[in-house]
Order: sequence, then structure tokens, then C-alpha cells
Amino acid sequence: MEVLMPQLGETVAEGKITTWFKSVGDKVAPGDNLFEIETDKVTMEVPAISAGVLAEIRVPEGEIAPVGAIVALISEAAIVGNGAQSGSGVQPVASSGAAAAPIKAQQPAKTQPPKAEVKKTGPVKLDPYREVRTPERNFGPAQLSNGITVTPLARRLASEANVDLSRVRGSGPRGRIVAADVQSAVHSGSGRTAAATAGGPSLAQVKALYKHVPYQEVPLDGMRKVIAARLEQASQSIPAFYLSLDVRMDRLLAVREEINAGARKDTDGNPAFKLSVNDFIVKALAMALQRVPAANAVWAEDRILRFQQSDVGVAVAVGGGLLTPVVRQAETKSVLAISAEMKDLAARARVRKLKPEEYQGGTTAVSNLGMFGIRQFTAIINPPHATILAVGASERRPVETENGGVKFVTAMSVTLTCDHRVVDGALGAELLGAFKTIVEAPSSMLI
Amino acid sequence: MAELTYRDAVARGIAQEMTRDPDVVMIGEDIAKAGGVFKATVGLYDQFGPKRVRDTPISEQAILGAAMGAAMTGLKPIAEIMFSDFIAVCFDYFANEYSKSRYMTNGQVKVPLVVRTGNGGSARFGAQHSQSVENWCMMIPGLKVVAPSNPRDVVGLMAASVRDPDPVVFFEHKSLYAVKGEVPDGEIVDELGVAKVLRPGSDATIVALALMVPRALAAAERLQSEHGVNCEVIDVRSLVPLDTQTILGSVGRTHRLFTVEENPRLCGWGAEIVSIAADECFYDLDGPPVRITTPHIPLPSAEALEDLAIPSVDRIVERVRTALAA
Amino acid sequence: MARKPTLAEEAAVSGVSAGLSEDARLRMYRSIVEIRETEQRAHDLFLQNLVKGTVHLSLGQEAVAAGCAAAMEPGDLSFCTYRGHAHTLARGVSLEKVLGELMGRDNGLLRGKGGSMHLTSVEHGVMGSYAIIGAHLPIACGAAWRAQYKGDNDISVCFFGDGTANIGAFHEALNFAAVWMLPVVFVCENNLYMEYTPIKDVTAVPHPAADRASAYGLDRILGDGQDADEVYRIAKTAFDKARSGGGPSLIEFQTYRYSGHSRADPAKYRPAGELDFWRDTRDPVKIYRKRLLDSGVDENLLASIETETRRKVDEATEKCKAAPAPSADILTTDVYADGGWAWRN
Repeated sequence: MEVLMPQLGETVAEGKITTWFKSVGDKVAPGDNLFEIETDKVTMEVPAISAGVLAEIRVPEGEIAPVGAIVALISEAAIVGNGAQSGSGVQPVASSGAAAAPIKAQQPAKTQPPKAEVKKTGPVKLDPYREVRTPERNFGPAQLSNGITVTPLARRLASEANVDLSRVRGSGPRGRIVAADVQSAVHSGSGRTAAATAGGPSLAQVKALYKHVPYQEVPLDGMRKVIAARLEQASQSIPAFYLSLDVRMDRLLAVREEINAGARKDTDGNPAFKLSVNDFIVKALAMALQRVPAANAVWAEDRILRFQQSDVGVAVAVGGGLLTPVVRQAETKSVLAISAEMKDLAARARVRKLKPEEYQGGTTAVSNLGMFGIRQFTAIINPPHATILAVGASERRPVETENGGVKFVTAMSVTLTCDHRVVDGALGAELLGAFKTIVEAPSSMLI
Repeated sequence: MAELTYRDAVARGIAQEMTRDPDVVMIGEDIAKAGGVFKATVGLYDQFGPKRVRDTPISEQAILGAAMGAAMTGLKPIAEIMFSDFIAVCFDYFANEYSKSRYMTNGQVKVPLVVRTGNGGSARFGAQHSQSVENWCMMIPGLKVVAPSNPRDVVGLMAASVRDPDPVVFFEHKSLYAVKGEVPDGEIVDELGVAKVLRPGSDATIVALALMVPRALAAAERLQSEHGVNCEVIDVRSLVPLDTQTILGSVGRTHRLFTVEENPRLCGWGAEIVSIAADECFYDLDGPPVRITTPHIPLPSAEALEDLAIPSVDRIVERVRTALAA
Repeated sequence: MARKPTLAEEAAVSGVSAGLSEDARLRMYRSIVEIRETEQRAHDLFLQNLVKGTVHLSLGQEAVAAGCAAAMEPGDLSFCTYRGHAHTLARGVSLEKVLGELMGRDNGLLRGKGGSMHLTSVEHGVMGSYAIIGAHLPIACGAAWRAQYKGDNDISVCFFGDGTANIGAFHEALNFAAVWMLPVVFVCENNLYMEYTPIKDVTAVPHPAADRASAYGLDRILGDGQDADEVYRIAKTAFDKARSGGGPSLIEFQTYRYSGHSRADPAKYRPAGELDFWRDTRDPVKIYRKRLLDSGVDENLLASIETETRRKVDEATEKCKAAPAPSADILTTDVYADGGWAWRN
């Protein structure tokens, strides 16, 4: 039986043991005072609540223990022989044998009682911690860089109408911009932001241009809005440059054909797998990032985050837009594993069943339009990535042989877009060179 | 349609409910034979007899405790605390008993009762008989708090309060007792927790309660005619439950919020409303919310002083006008 | 002219059995033992940190609860204080539910929403345990007023301590009940101490309740709270009077609490030997056990009651230890009659 430091008062957290009335080895009976404790509030004796022998004192006189601490142990072995009384005030009847039962039941559970767990049986109708609902969205600062303040409503209206508040004159106290100021700026068009103009002509202007031509209006869905916003931001904010290179594909295509030909076939004659050129490209880019680790990085406002693993995004066209699922740690995966993973990710991307964690992150991406016969193109970086690789079609091209003749080889043009804040020209060239080396010696991808 | 005073409306509302339900009973000091010190219960003793309309000793704790014991065992008592200032001598029943019993007995004990009390100032009664203390009750989970501003609402909200299964504190404004208003014939039963837009407007929302409602309406008329400002005036009517949607909806249209409170400044009910608006209407506000309150002082007795303390029509006009012009 | 005998004196001469059958007296003994064992267990569980907060025990005061409950009819209403475990158990509420409530478990009487000081079981007529001194005396008046108004046959019984006799609500309620002739009986358990201070040090009269009765036109009724038979007789007499339209009574029972005011109180203020005196010579369990033995009850029968009660307490303890904590979804239930807590739309 563990003897605990009891709660000493409604608000006391610890107590000092001033006296032990019993020594180790003494017999104790329920109700016997065991020890005295002292706090800033009270002094009190603590009685035993079970019978036995005081086996161990863990907190000696003069020491402080927190409420709930084990201060002593009472061994119950001795009970059997001495017939100690139960803890109740009721006099047990010696002759009736009634004393045995309560003593047995007085034994404490061997283990601590189960920690009472809060069980959830249903949702609480209202959230008691959010009785008042604060708006989730903020509409910019209350004070502009020129010191002028803006009322909350004016900030919301300005944000919704794309009005540049630094060009609006405030009519409120000390030049505060109020809602009416924003509204008149909207009417006069004087406060339109640069962004608004950069975004192109206004809806009214565009409609006026085509007023004699029939058209269908397509409202923007969530994905289209995200694509528009992110790529507009990327093309405006990222100082990008482009590196292009031709890669010989003969050996890779031969290896691919050989592997695919060896795939086991099921009873219908369908092969168990079919590796695509793109699967090799993902693997090659992942390995290239391992060889040029400085390029395996992203831009983060005022610093660069550099990674050890190669997480490679792959742009997948889906109805009405595109998604870029990420193959994680692609450098550690076989081409076969990458192929299987891409098949699954692409299938789910097309039905928009990807989880956010499956298309967020990564340091680079592959955009492959080769299957459409596109020879060469540039891609826009998907922030915060530092690079993106645009992959064209593999095609037969004539090249000059060593002896001055002409022969045809299979080659592919790739263009790497680089964020200059992270990847400088030489670094980008190094990454692209490593990629070329790996693709042209494809056996390195198979080990 | 009859024109009734606010005080006659109290008796009419109670009579309507006592006629409907024999379990509705009424106790208080001087309420029976004398008809109440404010004459708000005149005729009830004659109509319903000494068993149902019963005078008590000057024992506020006994009155409120007895009302609770009767309520939890099957009656629907209406108890009167003559001046709301006296709530302070029996606050235990509001703070600890009525409000907590249902919760702490896991729903076993129910306390359906109404405490009526004469509230508010402008009657020159001095500091201990003039206070507006509806905010004392508003802060306690488990209570409902009602304060009508006109004779019609007195009847409708009294009926709603008597029929409500929770303890309701019903604040009658002493300075409105003599005010007359149209009251439709027949049974009137309102719903607790519904605020009313008494005057639509586009430039600012003025939220008021009890005696402050007619003052806010008068101020709105002057703001319109003298300053061209079109104010919306809302009568809160019930502080708990609180109709935030009507108030926030109005602020969403006018973009400016004013509260007119008889409570002294600190922790008056308007503070809660402004707080909610600051959270939920933040991006609808085109200027700071403004609270027009009694200052943080006890109320003086002299006419000249008391009128300076409690928000007046002039003060409301001035504060709204300057805040909108700023 | 001869002085009219007091109720207590009348009761004393009416004989030991007082119209109680042996069955009824054994039930009373069982109740006394159950209160003793349950309160002792509450004490022990507190020392094991399984009961948190505070507990106000009725160890030593069992006979008042058992005797009064025995004199009540099934529909009668009890109004208790924060020292209310005994009165709750005496009306037949399961001790597992009481211990569960003390331990803050889901199987508690109030699912942990009330705690030790607020035990309530409306179905047993236990209309609440009130932790604000004096608050429940007017409330008991109101329940009695309802019985009077509706012609119901039940009475309200309001238990409180000696300290309550010095608070305003006590005097308001006594006057109110007397003026309205309400079927309510006020039962003061004078255990000699108001919290930590001897009641005689802070009261103008020797008997804080009984000596005030005359101010409200009521009889001075003083009884021995350690003798369950006497408690029963005095209570029954007052209850019958209230039930028959005779108005309220105020009874003061002399009793003694063995523990401190609450578990935080070591009760050092008591003179040496006082506790031993009460425990040795005035213990309600010992007194009633001897009374029953003297009247010819078989000791084995009493022993079996004791054994069975301890087993029940042990079983209840284990059930409570194994019971889960209350679920989070009741945090906001039953603030208002719609079942929830919403204060706004």
C-alpha cells in the first residue's frame, strides 16, 4: 500500500513532513496517525487507511513532498496474522468472522487507478471557446507607410476593388481614409493599383473589345484562380533565366525497351509494368540534384532552404488545369518504383483526389510536353521551387560524325528555368550537365 | 387597440398570464393589497385573490428563495424586488442559486420564474434607488435578462418571460411607468432574444435599451432634421438571449455603431455589444464604435445633476454628430 | 401554572420503541452504518488523492440524517447543505453514485457537474445541497408554499449547521415560514463548531437555533442528535404537525463532528479529550447498536448488516475507480432549459 502526500487544503501544492509517529517495522492499523505535515496553511496528522507494517519511509522528517507523492509504503503481509481491524468506526464483531471481508477489500488496487480519460461521445453544438467569431481574413495594415490610417471598412473595400491606398486622399480626422474615400477612388479610377493594370485590361474593357463577337463566359474555379495567382506572382517576382541543352537518348531508349520487353505478362498478355521516358527523367533529375546539392534548394523570403533529399514535382495535366504531385526522395527509389508511384499520383490527380501534402513542397519540377511533339519550350517556376525542367520530344536528328560524315541519333532538348536568387548561371549549368551525363549513361540509374 | 401606461401594461401582462395558468402566482413587498409602490400591480389582488397575489415581509432573500423553491417544485412564480438596487441584498439567488442549479444538478433542478424589478434613474431617487443594474445579471450564465421600453413590449415580453422555462430577470424602468403607448387588444406573446429596428436609417446604428430607447429615437429625429444624418435605432429588448444578428446586420449596412446605456461606463452592456461588433463586424466599421453611458459615478439626487449624468437626447445628438463628422 | 413540556420532553417519555417496528429500527441502523462507512471511505479516498477538491464529512452526525429520513414520507423533500452526503444517502440514493460524484467520474450522481457540495437527487426528494450558508432555508419555504398552495401532502425538511443560525437568511426564512404557516421543518445540526470557531464564542445565546425559536412564535425544541430513536421521535412529531397544517418547527439537535470542517481542517481548535469523549461515549453507531442488542436483536443480524455494508462500499469504490471521467460534451449542457448554453444568435 502506497501512502501518499494528501491534499492538504484546497489550494496547497506541497507539504513538509514534520514528524513520523511510526518507524519502519512498526505495525499500523487504520486510523493510527502515521505522520504530521505542515504547510503555510495548516498542520495536520495523517492517519493510515490500511493495516500492515510500515515497510519504508521515503520522505523523512523535515523534507517537503508534493501532493500525490509516495511518502511511505505499508506492507500488508503482516495483516494475515494479526487480525487488524478495518478502517471503519463500526466495531467489528470478533465472533462473527465479519472482519475478514472488509480487510481483504481494503487492499488497494495493485496498479494506479485508470487515468480517467475524457471520452468524446459527440460534437458540442457550439464551440465554447469561440463564442464570438473573428474574421479569418485580414485586409492589410491599419497604417500605411506614409503614416496615414485607414478604417477597417475602407481597407476591406480597397482590397476588394484593387485600390492602391497610397494614392487615395483621406477625408477623415488627420487624413484617415474612410470608406467614402475608397468609393470615390473606385469611381474616378484614380486609385487603381499597378497590379490591377499589370493584370491586363479591365473586364469592361475586354468585353467592349468583343461586343460584336459571340462568346461564352467561363467563371474561374478554385484551381484556375490558384494557377493564375501563383504563376502571375512567379513571373512577376522571380528573376528567372533559362538554360537549354540537347541530350542523347539512344542508350536510355534501348535500356527502356529492353526492360519493358522483359516485363512479366498476365494471362491477358498485359505487361506488369511499362516504364516511360519521363520516369527515367525524374530519376535522373533526382540524382543530378544529389550531385549538385547547392541547387537542391528553395527561396524563402530572406534566405535559402537547402535540402538533402530530392523531391521532384511532375506537372500533370488535368481537366481545367494542372497539378504537380511530388515524388519524394526520388534519388532513393528505383525507376520501377517511381513509375508505379507516378502512375498512381497521375491517376488520382486527374480525378482531383490528391491530398495537399501530395502536391505541396519539393525543390524542382519536371514539365514534359514531349508526347505532344513539342521540341523545346520554357516553363514557369512553381514557387518556392528554384528550378523547373522543361522537357521536349525525343527525335531523330542528324549530327556530324567524327570523320565528317552525317549520322542520325535520337536526341531531346531540355530547358532549365532557374531562380537567380538561388541558382546562378554556372550552378544551373552544372545541374543540367549532371542531368545530361546521367541520362546518356543510363546504367547509373539502375544501380 | 387601447392606449395604456407602461405601469398598467405590467398589470395587464401579469393578468394575462395568471388567467391562462393557475400555477402563476405573485409575491413581493406591498404588491397585493397596496397594488405596489409604483402601482404597477393594481387590481391583481382583487382579481386573483390573496392566495395568488401575496404580500411578503421586507425580506428580499426570503422572497427570492421562496420563489425558487416554488418554481423548482411546480409553480411559476413572479417575484418582485421593489427597487433593482436591492438586488444587491439578495444577489446570492441570482449569482449562485437560480443560475447554477440546473447545471450543477445535471439538469435535475429547473427554476422557471420571473423576478420583476423597478430599474433605472431620472426619478431623483438618489444613488441607492436609481441604478440601472441589468448588467449585473447579464454577466451570469443561466439567467435571462429582459428590459422593455414601451407598454406593448411590457405585455408581450412579460408573457414570454412567464412562459420561459428559465429564470428571467424583468427590468421595468421606473421613469417609463407613466409613459403611454398603444397596446393591441387580445393576447400578446413575444419571443425573448429578438431585438427590434424601431427606426431604419443608413448612416449610423444606435443601439439602446429601456428608457434610452425613446431618447435615442428623439435624438435620431433631430440628427435627421438638423444635421441630415439618418440613424437606425435598435431596441435590444433582451440582453440574454442577445439578438446579435439584428445588431450586426444593421452595422453591416450603416458601418457605424453607437450604444446608449444607462449603466455606468465600466462593464455596461454596451461594452459587450461593441466587443462583439469589433470581432465580427471589424471590416464593416468605418469609424470607432462609440459608447454613450452614465459616467463612472454614483447617481446624484438633484435634478440638475442627475440629468447631467444619464445620457440625454442632447448628449446623444452631440456624440453621434461629432463622431460622424470627425 | 405548569410549564408546557417541550417536544423533546414529550418524546422522551413516550418510550424507547416510539412506535417503530424492529424492521424499521434495523433499517435505521443500516442507514447509520452506511453513512459511517461511506463517509470513512470518502475520507480514505481523499487521502489517496482520488477525491479532489474538498469534502465535508458527517462522521459522528449519522443519527440526525438517519433518524430524520426514517421519519419522512416518500414524497417529502430534503434540502441539505454542503455537508450533505449523509442526508442524501439517508433518502436512499446509491452510495456508488455519491462516491462517483466525489471522485469526479461519469457514474457520479451529477456526472461530475456538481461535486461533493451539491448532491441532488430529485427522484429521491433530495432537492439539492446548497453551499451558500443559509440560502436553502428560503428555498425550502418556497417548496412548502407550493405544497400549501396546491394542497399537496408533502412537507419540506431543511437541514443546516449551527453557524447558519447567525446569518440573515435564517431569520428571514423563519419569520416567513411562521407568518405563512408553511409545512416546513428546519433542522439545525449543532456540532459545536461553525467551521473553525466554537459556536458559543460567536452566538449571543447558548443554543443558536432553539433559543431563537421564540422570536418567531415557535417552540424551543432541543434534542440529542446522537440517539437515532430520539431524533426520529422529535422529527416525526414536528413532521406530523407540519403535514397537518400546524405550521413550521425549528429543531436543534446536539451532535458532534469527528473530522474537521472540511478535509483541509485538522481541527486543532478542539480541547484535548473532547473528540475521545464523543467517540467513546456518544457515538451514534455504538449507541444504536447497544440499543438494538439490549432490545433483543440478534448480534449476528447486526454483524451481517455491517459486513454487507462494507462489501457494498468496497464494490462501489472499485466501480468508481474503473469508471471513466465525464465526457467533454456535457461541459456546456444544461445551462439553459433548451439543454445548451447559447446566449446569442
